Amino acid sequence: MNPWPFVIAAYVVAIALTAALLLWAFASMRRAEAAADDLKRK
Amino acid sequence: MHALANPARFLRIARPATSWLLLLGLALAVAGVGAGLTLTPPDYLQGETVRILYIHVPSAWLGMAGWLGIAVASISQIVWRHPLAAVAGRAVAPAGATFAATCLITGSIWGRPTWGTWWEWDGRLTSMLVLFFLYLGYIALASAERERGGEGRIAALYGLAGAINLPIIHYSVLWWRTLHQGESIGLTGSSIDNSILWPLPLTMVGFTCLFGAAVLMRMRAELAEAKVEARMRRMGRA
Repeated sequence: MNPWPFVIAAYVVAIALTAALLLWAFASMRRAEAAADDLKRK
Repeated sequence: MHALANPARFLRIARPATSWLLLLGLALAVAGVGAGLTLTPPDYLQGETVRILYIHVPSAWLGMAGWLGIAVASISQIVWRHPLAAVAGRAVAPAGATFAATCLITGSIWGRPTWGTWWEWDGRLTSMLVLFFLYLGYIALASAERERGGEGRIAALYGLAGAINLPIIHYSVLWWRTLHQGESIGLTGSSIDNSILWPLPLTMVGFTCLFGAAVLMRMRAELAEAKVEARMRRMGRA
């Protein structure tokens, strides 16, 4: 059994899930902080 | 911890810390993953599949450390009514759930060529799956409690009760000697050869920094949302 497809699949899953978590956390932070700043300026 | 009870003081530290954790985490994780894929030799028994170690072990550690963080936040919430404890608990949960899921999926992928099966109801695998479901329950409970304007005490009690699963996961390989291998990395040493082991600290620290950055970003988002909600309430009353 060729092990490389398993190794690559595991790394793709780990990197994709970590990237998705970071992007979601970053986007939600930017959105919330922008809304708070907008409200402060009004 | 009490010094950070003031959200303004917390934000003064969290803003620069988020960027630093993100940059350091990315640098170490990329270095560790690159080294693990290209610079280490294959294992004499498992061959190339041993490379899954460099992402599976940090995911397992962060899945468990996340719940430990929820348990500490729960104690702070129940005992000291720390104003950021509920925020911290809600911020840790999605990150912990993500790494628990990563641990389960990468473990399953590792299991197929090594054990000949994707899944087995073994003590370690099952207790890790329970941890993932505990995270989903915590996320649902904490967000429902927040929407109802609660202080987060029910979620805190759930977080504390769920911590019982942590020693079960840790000792599962000793209590039920089934399919998952026993402890190969301990506090005093490791049974893995150094030629294979050396990139693991890089990915462990790297992914931990990324986990920390994700938690800080979620805490900042929650604090900003709370500020907007409070302001809207004041404007509504005026």
